[in-house]
Amino acid sequence: MSTTATAPVPGGPQGKPEQAKERKQTVSAKPVTWKLPVTLAALATVAFIFFGLMGPQGTAKFGVSSGGDFFQLPAIEVPAFLSGIVLSVILLGLAGYALTQKAKRNQRPPRWLPVVFTVVFVVAFLIWVVGGARTPSISLAGLIAGSVTLAVPIVFGSLSGVLCERAGVVNIAIEGQLLGGAFTAAIVASMTDNPYLGLLAAAVAGALVSMVLAVFSIKYVVNQIIVGVVLNVLISGLTGFLFSTVMQANKEMFNSPGRLPIIEIPVLSSIPVLGPILFKQSVVGYLMYIAVVVVWIGLFKTKWGLRVRSVGEHPQAADTLGIKVNATRFWNVTLGGAVAGIGGSFFTLVAIDSFTKEISGGRGFIALAAMILGRWNPIGAFFAALLFGFADNLQSIVTIIGTPVPSQFMAMLPYLVTVFAVAGLVGRSRPPAASGIPYVKG
Amino acid sequence: MSENNEPRRSAEPDPERIPKTQSPDAAPQDPLEDDADFVTTLDTAGGAMRPSAVPVSAQSGKLPGAEEPDSVLRKIFTGNGIVTILAVLLALILGGLLIAATDKVVAATSSYFFARPTDFLSAVWSAATSSYVALFQGSVFNPRGSGIGGQFAPLMETLTIATPLITAGLGVALAFRAGLFNIGAQGQIIMAGILAAWVGFALDLPVGLHLLLVLVAGVIGGAIWGGLVGVLKARTGAHEVIVTIMFNYIALYFLRYLLDTDLFQRPGETTPISPILDPSALYPQIFGSQYRLHLGFLLAIAATVFVSWLLNRSTIGFEFRAVGANPKAALTAGINVPRATILVMTLAGGLAGLAGVAQVAGTEKVLTDGVAATYGFDAITVALLGRSTPWGTFAAGVLFGAFRAGAVQMQIQTGTPIDIVLVVQSLIVLFIAAPPLVRAIFGLNPRKKKAATAGKSQKAATTGGAA
Repeated sequence: MSTTATAPVPGGPQGKPEQAKERKQTVSAKPVTWKLPVTLAALATVAFIFFGLMGPQGTAKFGVSSGGDFFQLPAIEVPAFLSGIVLSVILLGLAGYALTQKAKRNQRPPRWLPVVFTVVFVVAFLIWVVGGARTPSISLAGLIAGSVTLAVPIVFGSLSGVLCERAGVVNIAIEGQLLGGAFTAAIVASMTDNPYLGLLAAAVAGALVSMVLAVFSIKYVVNQIIVGVVLNVLISGLTGFLFSTVMQANKEMFNSPGRLPIIEIPVLSSIPVLGPILFKQSVVGYLMYIAVVVVWIGLFKTKWGLRVRSVGEHPQAADTLGIKVNATRFWNVTLGGAVAGIGGSFFTLVAIDSFTKEISGGRGFIALAAMILGRWNPIGAFFAALLFGFADNLQSIVTIIGTPVPSQFMAMLPYLVTVFAVAGLVGRSRPPAASGIPYVKG
Repeated sequence: MSENNEPRRSAEPDPERIPKTQSPDAAPQDPLEDDADFVTTLDTAGGAMRPSAVPVSAQSGKLPGAEEPDSVLRKIFTGNGIVTILAVLLALILGGLLIAATDKVVAATSSYFFARPTDFLSAVWSAATSSYVALFQGSVFNPRGSGIGGQFAPLMETLTIATPLITAGLGVALAFRAGLFNIGAQGQIIMAGILAAWVGFALDLPVGLHLLLVLVAGVIGGAIWGGLVGVLKARTGAHEVIVTIMFNYIALYFLRYLLDTDLFQRPGETTPISPILDPSALYPQIFGSQYRLHLGFLLAIAATVFVSWLLNRSTIGFEFRAVGANPKAALTAGINVPRATILVMTLAGGLAGLAGVAQVAGTEKVLTDGVAATYGFDAITVALLGRSTPWGTFAAGVLFGAFRAGAVQMQIQTGTPIDIVLVVQSLIVLFIAAPPLVRAIFGLNPRKKKAATAGKSQKAATTGGAA
């Protein structure tokens, strides 16, 4: 978040006159660094050594169809060692291509290259993990469906982050919004016996948490990160306290929300792999897809979105044009909170049917990471969240099938990837220029 | 919500304000020369400039060149002191209301509120006060204790819990002063705990040397984990908030992995717990074995003195503060900003590492995956409450230590869950961060004056919350 538009060479010495000239040139043509090619090369080498040379000898079996599918596809069986070699050689080739591009023409690799690299890497990794397991067979359909399920709150959280940061407010309080949503959903749904009311209440609760963030960071100009951090603690304490005093005392009355039903769309839901993901979800799951699309269209295709983004990039210019900067920020942050609140309801209305302390378990922070990895774009954030859901799901599957990789390292993976991402090793991530900077007119 | 939120500030356009776009060859004005103008430059220049992470109150008046006689009285009566006290009071009142709202007796009396309102009110009062009395007895002085030693046992417990809070809080505060948000104290404590514990139970060394090595190992562990963040920040521009949050999780999972291996897991144990540290690796207890208070507390005091000296008396500390106040100006003045960033994060990590050592070599004596508890996160609130000054952090650490220690007793005596402490803590920090809000609640907001002179001092006060 620190690489603002005025400082394209982060960390490097700036401010001296001669370097200022250099900088002007680099602004027009983005600096082509060695970072990406070198990182790719390093990763490819790691893949070649571990997935290729030291790869397992067995075959990895991936089930594609599940029982009730529309039509059955045969399970895919791949020889782990051979495919490890082949895939890692492909990776080396991609990395080599990126290196030559940089060395000979001083060009950055084409945009598809990192994406293809990631996909091939993940496939090679998966084959390596499954091939080396005690029971080298997993259901691909189950893996992907589980990933989407685990990703739901992360997607909502990262959308909240996108909405806030695009308007120029850093939202560290996603965790608190998720937790507040989860708690309120549980208690309202229990008291009214209506999970849909719980869902609505979760959105309101998330919005309320966000309003505190908005009031403190916009009206009182308190540092947004401080407010976010403190809000997380506050919500954690508040829900924990009320859980112990109110919910524990009368579980029937206050902590038995019941679940939102899974709505299955006939025929479509029995398409292998894709069916369960797209057409066999709870209301929250469907809302997730809708929210991603709506936020994307809203931000990038409408007048409202243009205004929001201008407020996040250059509030002064926006103000000059007559956009109410702080009002825009306030309502965007509130909207973001409502979105995160809905995501929070997933914990208590879909995943499990009761609230426990700290039920969000740090997913708000992963959502923050997903937002950055997705480069402040709703669709990017969606896929980043899926990646994290995938890692999360793989971790539990890996513990079941028994693999050489300790499950703790699997759990660590999303965080490591995020560190690499923010360090700019996996391409450059640039936040909205005014994100985190309060706007005071005058 | 009108966008004209700060009428006091927007009412008077300030010609002294820095230019919106800083041309690199602009005359480098020494930002540390004039205190009052310096505060103004911390403004965000209408949203074009990144604000400082440092509470302005922590910077102003502390910088050389603006050295004023800092009498305690002056501090108390110039606003911030009062705001701090009122913020604590307000948070305690709100916490009390929350306790009362969930109290059974209160609920029972509220059903006949209109018949006998006094019953209701006295129930509210007793619910809130009995919890706070228990909190006090559990943290400072217990009149039912046996002898003087027993009566002050809670105070010893408070100081024991305050020890990691103070040192980790100092780490966070130090980074704050250099304009960095060190959310990573949690991970730094964990990394320090891992190294310190391993030296403590795996090596067999003579008394004295062993403890020293434990201490050094822990501090280095934390320093590396913190310094790595500094390197990433300085070299790649990665935002330290994100990196530190991620590092916390990486450290936690790394610890969990280690506790699963033969190297760290206690032989014959299935739960993730390490062997107990050798007696030669443990901090001696200061007041005998009846209290848990250990040498770590004295080290915490020493650390506070050190940070105080570092920030206020040393060149490095001056550089840190200059970078924190305005990195661009610091760069122009010839300060090596990347070096300062790496150095301050290393030192911050080392201080948090001291907290990790206090945990494994002092309080817990073993390594579990709960070694850092929530000290790393509490440290942030401690540093914020202490306004990022060394002794302020020390005092805040003791206060929150008292909350933690007393909350255990409170839960036993009155059944009020410990979580109330989190609520009160976070409310305190929220209120302190927004002095105008606290003043408004207590009706202390001075009427808006036109006079520019009055406006200036007010502005300094309001921007105190801007950090």
